[in-house]
Amino acid sequence: MAETAVKEKEPLFQFGKKERQLLSDPLNDNNPITVQVLGICSALAVTSLVYPSFVMAIAVIFVTGFSSLFTSMLRSYIPKQVRMIVQLVIIASLVTVVELTLKYLNYPIYKQLSVYIGLIITNCIVMGRLEAFAMANKPWRSFLDGIGNGLGYGAILIIVGIIREIFGKGSLFAGSPIELKIIGPTADYFINTTDSAMFGWYANNNLMVLPAAAMFIIGILIWIQRSYNTKLVDVS
Amino acid sequence: MFTTRYVIGFIFILTASVAVALTGLREVTYKKAVQNEDIFNKRAILSAIEDYLPDGKKVGGLSDQEVSQLFEQMEQPVLNMQGETLEGVQAENIDMAKERKKPEAERRLPLYIYEHNGEKFYILSIRGNGLWDEIWGNIALKSDGNTVAGAAFDHKGETPGLGAEIKDNPSFPEQFQGKKLFEDGQYVSIDVVKPGARKTDHTVDGISGATVTGDGVAEMLYRGLKYYKPFLEEIRQSEKAQGLLTQ
Repeated sequence: MAETAVKEKEPLFQFGKKERQLLSDPLNDNNPITVQVLGICSALAVTSLVYPSFVMAIAVIFVTGFSSLFTSMLRSYIPKQVRMIVQLVIIASLVTVVELTLKYLNYPIYKQLSVYIGLIITNCIVMGRLEAFAMANKPWRSFLDGIGNGLGYGAILIIVGIIREIFGKGSLFAGSPIELKIIGPTADYFINTTDSAMFGWYANNNLMVLPAAAMFIIGILIWIQRSYNTKLVDVS
Repeated sequence: MFTTRYVIGFIFILTASVAVALTGLREVTYKKAVQNEDIFNKRAILSAIEDYLPDGKKVGGLSDQEVSQLFEQMEQPVLNMQGETLEGVQAENIDMAKERKKPEAERRLPLYIYEHNGEKFYILSIRGNGLWDEIWGNIALKSDGNTVAGAAFDHKGETPGLGAEIKDNPSFPEQFQGKKLFEDGQYVSIDVVKPGARKTDHTVDGISGATVTGDGVAEMLYRGLKYYKPFLEEIRQSEKAQGLLTQ
């Protein structure tokens, strides 16, 4: 559709420096969570375990990627007066696709993520990218931009998830087929057992399982990122 | 600038095509999704008798097919509040969430009778309120209708790491094994108390930091199991009679 409207000589699926930047920028200089500070709600809520964070990240990457692609394909046909509603329809239907697919493939994880899958619709990253990028760019680039932002979001989600799960539950990937027990007593903390993994004396930190911990961790990540990447520091 | 007619037409076509596509996808996945949910719920019930599954398996180790097979073998009566068996309903078709909205006298109680190596187990379903939202569970009783063989809980929105431990932390439900509902023929149920308090046959340790959820579990047990009281007394009577006969 859009390709015929805009006559262009360059190949459709070009992958040069600019395209690479679209993917890599959101991972660092323009990270949706640590720099744009979007999508915080779900980043706080689902990251108490790594496995749900991972599934959530995949779901968001899918939604940002394809909503950008479809919006960009339709961008010259979308009436400006109702563009946000149209974007919402696209996002909402993709989220429904995710929901139906999860129910079909892995019901327990669908149960665990429960409302947060539905709440991807309100994740500011998705609509933010549609407004800022997909409405003004060609489909292929918009798609890469969406995937890139999803990756940036997912990377932070998994980092926070790993930290929270290790210190909050002493495990990694709990609930998935490759569940690992990393630190602390293997059985439990309120019934002491001598049987333990590494650092058997470690008592799980209850703060880590609460959303507040994610807030601190994200704050620390922003701090670390800014001390390395000085161009992000706002001097004014 | 787009005309109003174009805008309406555009929205109409867009929503219609999206609706058709999603309905199609739902139709394709629907059957499997319902099946998944069914198996998920059945696994939750089976986790109450995790120690008594065939071949010493754990619930996670059972295939979907084995789960449905176990349920086909079970007797699944549905009781009314007087402890009488209702005709024409299977326990697995009872939706506890819906039953809980009915007035107490009209509720139907699902019961699963499971047999393992000639021993009978009664699995009772209960439902109540936690701190944030509903909690529910399944309690398996041994053939005497008094001793708990196992318990499993689940919740809708308890705090992960605190209230959610009733499900996530296997050592909480494990404590219920061997606890008793009746004391000298009187119904006492099982209470959730502060960790470290003196242990009796009717108390389990709560979770520090989740007092309200613990109280909710105790309340749910007291009320929910009381509904089954007429039925449990019946079992106890027949058990007694049988005891006298063998003596």
